[in-house]
Amino acid sequence: MAATGEPILEVGGLVKHFPMSQGVVFRRRIGEIRAVDGVSFTLRRGETLGIVGESGCGKSTLARLLMALERPTSGSVRINGREITRARGAELRQVRRNIQMVMQDPYTSLNPRMTVGDIVGEPYEIHRKVVPRRERRRMVQELLEVVGLNPDHVDRYPHQFSGGQRQRVGIARGLALKPEIIICDEPVSALDVSIQAQVVNLLERLQDEFGLAYVFIAHDLSVVRHVSDRIGVMYLGKLVELGTEDDVCERPSHPYTQALLSAVPVPDPRGRETRGRIVLQGDPPSPAKPPSGCRFRTRCWKARDVCAEQEPALQARFTTGHAVACHFV
Amino acid sequence: MSETTVERQGRGKHARRGRYSPGGPWRFGPPRAASLWSDAWQDLRRRPMFVGAAFVIAVFLVMAAFPWLFTSIDPHDAATCHLSEARQGVSDLHWFGTDNLGCDVYARSVYGARNSVVIGATTAALTALVGGLLGLFAGFAGGALDALLSRVTEIFFAIPSVLGALLILSVFRTGSVWTVVLALAVLAWPMTFRITRAAVITVKGQEYVLAARALGASSGRIMFRHIMPNALAPVIVVATINLGTFVAAEAGLSFVGVGLQSPDISWGLMISDARRRFLEAPEPLLFPALLLSLTVLAFVMLGDAVRDALDPKLR
Amino acid sequence: MWRSSTAERDGRVPGGEALLTVDGLRVEFATRQGVVRAVNGVSYRIDPGETLAVLGESGSGKSVTAHAIMGLLDTPTVRVPAGEIRFHGTDLLGLREDDRARIRGRRIAMVFQDALSALNPVFTVGAQIGEMFRVHEGLSRREAERRAVELMDRVRIPAAAQRMYDYPHQFSGGMRQRIMIAMAIALGPELLIADEPTTALDVTVQAQIMDLLAELRRESGMAMILITHDLGVVADSADRIVVMYGGRVVESAPVHEVYQAPAHPYTRGLLESIPRLARKGRALPAIEGTPPDPLAMPTGCSFHPRCSYRQDNCVTDAPPRYRIGPTRDSACHYWREVLDGSHG
Repeated sequence: MAATGEPILEVGGLVKHFPMSQGVVFRRRIGEIRAVDGVSFTLRRGETLGIVGESGCGKSTLARLLMALERPTSGSVRINGREITRARGAELRQVRRNIQMVMQDPYTSLNPRMTVGDIVGEPYEIHRKVVPRRERRRMVQELLEVVGLNPDHVDRYPHQFSGGQRQRVGIARGLALKPEIIICDEPVSALDVSIQAQVVNLLERLQDEFGLAYVFIAHDLSVVRHVSDRIGVMYLGKLVELGTEDDVCERPSHPYTQALLSAVPVPDPRGRETRGRIVLQGDPPSPAKPPSGCRFRTRCWKARDVCAEQEPALQARFTTGHAVACHFV
Repeated sequence: MSETTVERQGRGKHARRGRYSPGGPWRFGPPRAASLWSDAWQDLRRRPMFVGAAFVIAVFLVMAAFPWLFTSIDPHDAATCHLSEARQGVSDLHWFGTDNLGCDVYARSVYGARNSVVIGATTAALTALVGGLLGLFAGFAGGALDALLSRVTEIFFAIPSVLGALLILSVFRTGSVWTVVLALAVLAWPMTFRITRAAVITVKGQEYVLAARALGASSGRIMFRHIMPNALAPVIVVATINLGTFVAAEAGLSFVGVGLQSPDISWGLMISDARRRFLEAPEPLLFPALLLSLTVLAFVMLGDAVRDALDPKLR
Repeated sequence: MWRSSTAERDGRVPGGEALLTVDGLRVEFATRQGVVRAVNGVSYRIDPGETLAVLGESGSGKSVTAHAIMGLLDTPTVRVPAGEIRFHGTDLLGLREDDRARIRGRRIAMVFQDALSALNPVFTVGAQIGEMFRVHEGLSRREAERRAVELMDRVRIPAAAQRMYDYPHQFSGGMRQRIMIAMAIALGPELLIADEPTTALDVTVQAQIMDLLAELRRESGMAMILITHDLGVVADSADRIVVMYGGRVVESAPVHEVYQAPAHPYTRGLLESIPRLARKGRALPAIEGTPPDPLAMPTGCSFHPRCSYRQDNCVTDAPPRYRIGPTRDSACHYWREVLDGSHG
């Protein structure tokens, strides 16, 4: 997990607003949902960047933007220096060979009418030049073996596998084109507790073996902590804190990060009566009507007048490059 | 690691509020390789309703294809009718009795199966093809194409079907098998369209479709490899049930005089011819009506059984 | 040992005032592929005012047991061939449906994971909470509304007097869960069964809900069965824990003792596989294999195919629940080795 490689994925000022409209015949715009609202970060070769945040913070939209499954309202996504947000057709297909994803739900992410061999081999059907036809079955079996499945099971259907095994199938499909970047969108949250660790271990082993860079999106901080070199914390479409795993988790500097960390239940009952915990009041505001200034101010115990007037920028406030978007660090 | 072939799909969720589906809260894959279709087949074979309906349908299909296997009388041959034997009741010689012209009702009923089956099957196939394909495109593409096609189907839904069929058939003046098929298909495709479109929109939102897009799959590949096989089940169910209703519709149109015309033989025509003398000779009306009901019922039951077997919520 | 009473097994005085005991409960489902033994001889007890965590993954039978307690298993495909569920000494399974209905809601209440589908979308939340009082206590509409507002205040729903006229979809997930809790505690139950109450919620909201539940318990002294798969939530709030696997209880103990030294390999495996700071950069000690096929449960101990302590007799002999402490038991032949953590 070397975090010193050259940048492989550069995201700058990424914005995605979904229009909200009303009416059937004459549609008129009544507003927009600011799902992702100005996100910038860099991912280096072989590195894992964790993105944490709660539901509605825009992390899944971010994943789709990185995969070029949605077109951003503005901003740029560069892979190896090449802009992908405006790529189309053959160029876009070329881009996709280098960035793949692992999805959350192993029950809905595999086509129930296709055999596991067809699912894992589909990338070769789409990108025909990657592997010659007669080699494909062998390649698929190799991939199944790599992810810890029995290669003789190529002709089975997804419903004959357990949740954890299905997730392995999804990972094999993501690996088929030998991408350099894999976007993991909540890859373990749908799995049974006793299976989560297996899949986390598999992802880490594959990273070492193939030099993959991960963007690891999840809501479970303990898993994100375990796999990530750096962590970004998202709130209402924006990154509020970005730094090394150690900086963000040991020296959280944004009030939201502090609250998030303290809300995670510790799997140890010792000292639970005296454990301090920041319990945030209320729910996150709607991304359709974000608060002015700092978006967290409506739930923040440090908020003052300046927070409503001025939006704090995400900037390095420590020598380590640990960036925080708060007026009071 | 151990390789078990199990899936627990239901989790505790299905267990909640005591709503256990007949398939149980878990779903298990059989030990061998099996697809949803072969699972459904395994399931269907064990349903008495399916077996009964399939048997009845098989008999009618054979009757439609090889009517001479069932009767030695060719009702198209006028010489087999004897006016002197008109309106005779059930006898050894005439199992279903004879009609107003002294023709054997049993032989005519057997030969009438062909027109019913041809019209029902052709219309069902045509509506499934047209409605299904348009539904696939509209559901997949969305936007303007979808809006346009959806409005068009709404117009069709506003036309009372009997009136519509009367109108179309009166344009052609002479009713034949193909004009009846056309009239029924023109009016029936919007329903298949709607069902397909809804199924396609549901499937389009599944994560495996997203995964295929992420791999760079073309629209054609996504439509025909990922969406169509998963949206097919409801279309097949509707086509099966429709087949029965088209058989009934043919009879209805022939009955009111705009469908098939003599000397064609069809159950609807037979019922129509027999209705005026029903009180003195009920057999010429009752027997074709019975066969008609049995056929329609068989197809509707088959459709029901297939739906139950394919419905993922019950699996 | 299997058939001995729960009280003995838990090492308590027989006839002590258990609030609820589940004893030798079995639940079977008829499926197309055969009979599934979802719950296969489960016993546990809960005392008044106590919080008991029932930990397990999907298919372990933890939720089905809870549904059996609530009497929600009333469909033709379900059978309860054996077992007793005694509430204040009365066997609930032997009661007539209308007697059970009097206990359900009034004395034992339940909170579900998915509050949105558990609430009726076409009635206002005020009407739904008030319904509890109108049906069970025969209050007038006006009086029921007043009590509904009181309850919504009690579960900390802001501006309760106005919001009672809103519909479930107008509330956030956390607020909906509060409404569910309000309905559950409306009639002052002695036992609250919370089935994964925070699984669908974000961590910051989860913290709010767990705090609320703790507070309500302190005020009213009601007991709680907390069904969860989250070891963190258990550590935060439970007094005792029952670990379930493959339809059976594999370990039962006071919560502090389990986290300090688990006595069953499954519990141990779960605790070890949690990512912790000290394990950063190393592979997690994961439990291998997959959860068991409910149609083809392994012979002997159902955990044996995944167990690192396995010996030959684990494949053939189902372990009884060995009593290993005053209020502790473990269904493992080699619990001593597990407790010592002495395997390579």
